[in-house]
This record gives sequence, C-alpha cells and structure tokens, in this order.
Amino acid sequence: MIIHVNPASGIPIYIQLMEQVKHAIETGALRAGEQLPPLRRLAEELVINPNTVVRAYRELEYEGVVEVRHGAGAFVRQPAAGHTLVSRKAQSIMQSAVERLAAAGLTEAAIRRLLENELAQLKEGVIGRRT
Amino acid sequence: MTECAIEALALRKSFKGHEALCGLNLTVPRGSVFGFLGRNGAGKTTTIRILMGLAKADQGAARIFGIAPGDDDSGALLRRRIGFVPEDKELYPYMTVEEVIRFSRPFFPHWRDDLERRYLKAFDLPPKKKIPDLSKGMRSKLMLLLAIARGSELLILDEPTDGLDPVVAEEVLRELIALSASDGTTIFFSSHQLAEVEQIADRITIIDQGRSIISGELEDLKQQYQRIKVVFADGIPADIRWAQGADRIRNEGRMVSILSGRNSEEIMAQARALPGTSVDTYPVTLRELFLELMRAD
Repeated sequence: MIIHVNPASGIPIYIQLMEQVKHAIETGALRAGEQLPPLRRLAEELVINPNTVVRAYRELEYEGVVEVRHGAGAFVRQPAAGHTLVSRKAQSIMQSAVERLAAAGLTEAAIRRLLENELAQLKEGVIGRRT
Repeated sequence: MTECAIEALALRKSFKGHEALCGLNLTVPRGSVFGFLGRNGAGKTTTIRILMGLAKADQGAARIFGIAPGDDDSGALLRRRIGFVPEDKELYPYMTVEEVIRFSRPFFPHWRDDLERRYLKAFDLPPKKKIPDLSKGMRSKLMLLLAIARGSELLILDEPTDGLDPVVAEEVLRELIALSASDGTTIFFSSHQLAEVEQIADRITIIDQGRSIISGELEDLKQQYQRIKVVFADGIPADIRWAQGADRIRNEGRMVSILSGRNSEEIMAQARALPGTSVDTYPVTLRELFLELMRAD
C-alpha cells in the first residue's frame, strides 16, 4: 500500500491522505490514468472511516488532481504541462535546504517547525497584501 | 424517513438528588461512526440506557429513527433494529458459542446468515467452546457478532474494545469499518481509547457533567483547534489581552501556550506583532483536546 496515515498526529486524516496521494504522483509511484485504491478497500486496510476517504478523494477531485468516474473509482489526471519539471526542481531545492539544516544540527522536529512557521508567514503576507 | 439515527433533546435525569444528565443534546446522523466520549460518571451509560429504553428521562426527549425508545410497543419493535453491546459483556454461561447463536437467531426476523458466517470466520470464534472458557476478547467478539448478525441498522456499543489486546482491538475496529462501508450501518460507541476514536469515528460528542461540551465532525474539529506556542525572549509581558478564540491559555516560564478554537490566524498575528516573540503552531490531537477541555481552571 502506498498510503499510510497516522490518525494520532493531530493532522486531519483526509489531509494526510491528500498529501500522500500528491506525493505518490510527484514521485511517480502513481501515474496519470492509474486508479487510486477503491474507497472501501482503503478504509478497511487503513482502518479509518470511509467518509474520510470520500472527503480526501472529493477534495483531490476539486483540486484537479484526480478524476472521479462514478461507479469506476478515482483516477490520476494528466498533470498540467511543466508541472513535473517544477515539482522535480522544488524537490531538489527542498532537499538541499533540509540537508543543510540537518548538517547544522537541527532536529527533524525543529526543521518541520521552521518550515511551518515560514508557510504561516507567507500565508499572512498574502492575506496582508490583499487587504 | 428521518436523516437522524439518534436524536436527543435536553435530556435530564436525576438519581437520588444527583443530576446525571442536565440537558444533554445529541444528534447522530444515519450512517455515521459516532464516538461518544466523556470521563467515567459523565453520563454516558445513563444516556445509553435511555436510548435503549432501559431507563426513562425525567425531562427531554430521545428518538431513534424518529421513534421514542421508551414506548412499550414501538420501543420493542425498535430494539429489534438495534444491536446493543453493554459494558459488562455477560452471556449465558452454560452454552457454547454455536448454541448461543442458535438460541439468539429466532428472536430476530431479519437475522443475517451471511453476516453470522462472515463474523464467525473473521473473528475466528470456536463454535464448540463454552462461554466461560472464552477469553475476554473472544467474548467481546461473540457479543459483537450477535449484535451485528441480527441485521441491525444501528449498533450501540459501550466500550467495545475495553480490555482487548491491541491486535484484537484492531480486528474489531476493522470489522466495524467494513460494516459501515458495506451496509451503511450506523455505529454509536463510547470509548476511553481516544486514539481509536480518532481513527474510526467521523463524528464525536464529548460530554461532561451530564451535558455535551463539544460535538461535530472530527476532521473539522481537528482543523479548527490549534495549539499556538509563543516564546517571549524578554519574558511574558504582564498585561496581554489575547484575541477572542484563545480558549485555554497557560503561561510557562517565557512561553505562553494557547489552545485556540477559532481565530487562530488573528491570535498568531497578534503574537507576532508583540516585541521579541517567536510563534509556532501545532496540530491538536483528540487526546490533547479532551484533556484540555476536562482541565478545571
């Protein structure tokens, strides 16, 4: 199974599912046209609520990542041109940043907090500029 | 047809001057896996007894599938549609597993042979074994089988995994998920195992001292609540008035820890605007939320 969740991490499970599906697509574990695990099977294997899986797939559809064909399941959509290139570049930027921080002696948790803090500031900056 | 499996409005119940329930509200949509949480003595078992028609509320109304469980005739018919596993999990001690099943079957016109077979196998129950020779886990699984195989539209389970080892508990949860996914059975369960509630429930209610203090979709609650930690390099200023939504505030040395139920962005912006601060946010687990809400201050 390419998807794992940690129900006790405090992060909503549907968001964990969405991120893992996106990550699987970015790394090539899931390719365009391929089917996501069926709802029921995923819920039973991960022992999570079926509605949570429905919600994750619905959000992924809304974001254009997958296409839900009724009765058939959810399928990975063709990514927009250049998307894979961007994400590959992004991955290498992130990789070098994380490696440098780790080399400087920061723990995994510290790096995660820094990143989340930066993202929060970015979000606030965007909101600030809009108003 | 009503959308609600269970509805309770302003339930009140006293025992010898002690108020067990004081205006409890509860809404359980059909098809949900609903975690009913609270400390011992919060009123969970009293609520379940009223829902099962085993006790009468002093005031307020309970409805299951739109029917009052306390009515003599309609309540009895209603109970055929509900599978109930009480906390004590007692069974006829002189029977074997297959005898208990054979004995129970004729009481329920909607008995499902397919589910009986499926759960005998899934739960690995030994048909010839006598009840007293079963382990606690086996006994729980047998109770669950009996509750499920009667063709229940609603399962009411009082601590279904209490005392089970982690492997058996996971099996039970997996089968509950399967049942919810395949038959749309509504599952209403009480539990102290917050991690497992977090895993399988889509909705929860936490009750305390006979009333509901928080309820909603679990994933929404988890997004709504945040832990914000603000470190002040020069110590915490004496007179901060935090924005609304900063529900639980704790000062620890140079750090303020805030549990926010809304307005997190505003609280964080406020914190960042103060001199010499560094601000972090953390997701809140159900366990943390529960413990915070139960903290008397």
